[in-house]
Amino acid sequence: MAGETRMTVISRRTFIVSAAAGLAMSSALAALLTPHRADAGDASGERSALFDAEFKKLVGTIEPVEGKITVDLPEIAENGNFVPLTITVDSAMTADEYVRKIHLLSTNNPVARVATFHLSPANAVARVQSRMRLSKTQDVVVVAEMSNGALAIATTQVKVTIGGCGS
Amino acid sequence: MTATKPRIKLPESAKIGDVIEVKTLVTHVMETGHRKDKDGNPIARDIINTFIATFGDKEVFRAELGPGISANPYISFQMRVPGPGTFEFAWIDDSGTKTVELTTLNVI
Repeated sequence: MAGETRMTVISRRTFIVSAAAGLAMSSALAALLTPHRADAGDASGERSALFDAEFKKLVGTIEPVEGKITVDLPEIAENGNFVPLTITVDSAMTADEYVRKIHLLSTNNPVARVATFHLSPANAVARVQSRMRLSKTQDVVVVAEMSNGALAIATTQVKVTIGGCGS
Repeated sequence: MTATKPRIKLPESAKIGDVIEVKTLVTHVMETGHRKDKDGNPIARDIINTFIATFGDKEVFRAELGPGISANPYISFQMRVPGPGTFEFAWIDDSGTKTVELTTLNVI
């Protein structure tokens, strides 16, 4: 216990000092620093195996392009049970060029596929709104299927204060 | 399932060719199937899995929903007004219950 306290003190000093403390000490320091990095860092970077499988099924061999989809989501969602979102896809929505489907995916909910919206030229504007659940801080991935078979993608990180239970 | 009438919001009036926003909200628990009751027994999934909007017998929008959609699902979409007509909105849940709401668009 006492040793741990001392290490914490050392970790506050310059890196050079801690490096000089030797191999055993630096590995102990690494163990101390790791949780610290997780606190500050990108917890949402991780993606569930469920998401990976769903995403692969969706895109197949096509490489989705970025930049065509605008997703309005709060940066911080206080209530993960109720996260408002607006998805807009840049498309003429004519008989020749329209958005066929918009897929909404969560990277870390218990079920990856949140919704699929089917559109047609009758919509004139490819914009949908809904409210989603997020079980914890994560990326929300939107994939749009165009009438010519091309795919567009947008990824948005949402920090969740209180997770939506079980989503 | 739905004691409360679904809520639909359309513009008060629209002209042919206008692009309007159609807002819909239905009362539903959207039980995810991942929760347990206070005795620890799993609560069965019960969600609205399909939403279909037709206008004058033509399907104009459809959504497949998963448990990641919030309770009392709110969905809005856009439509170019092809002429006068009535919307039929239908919500179908896991138990097969279909809730239907008819709303006429005031085309001037």
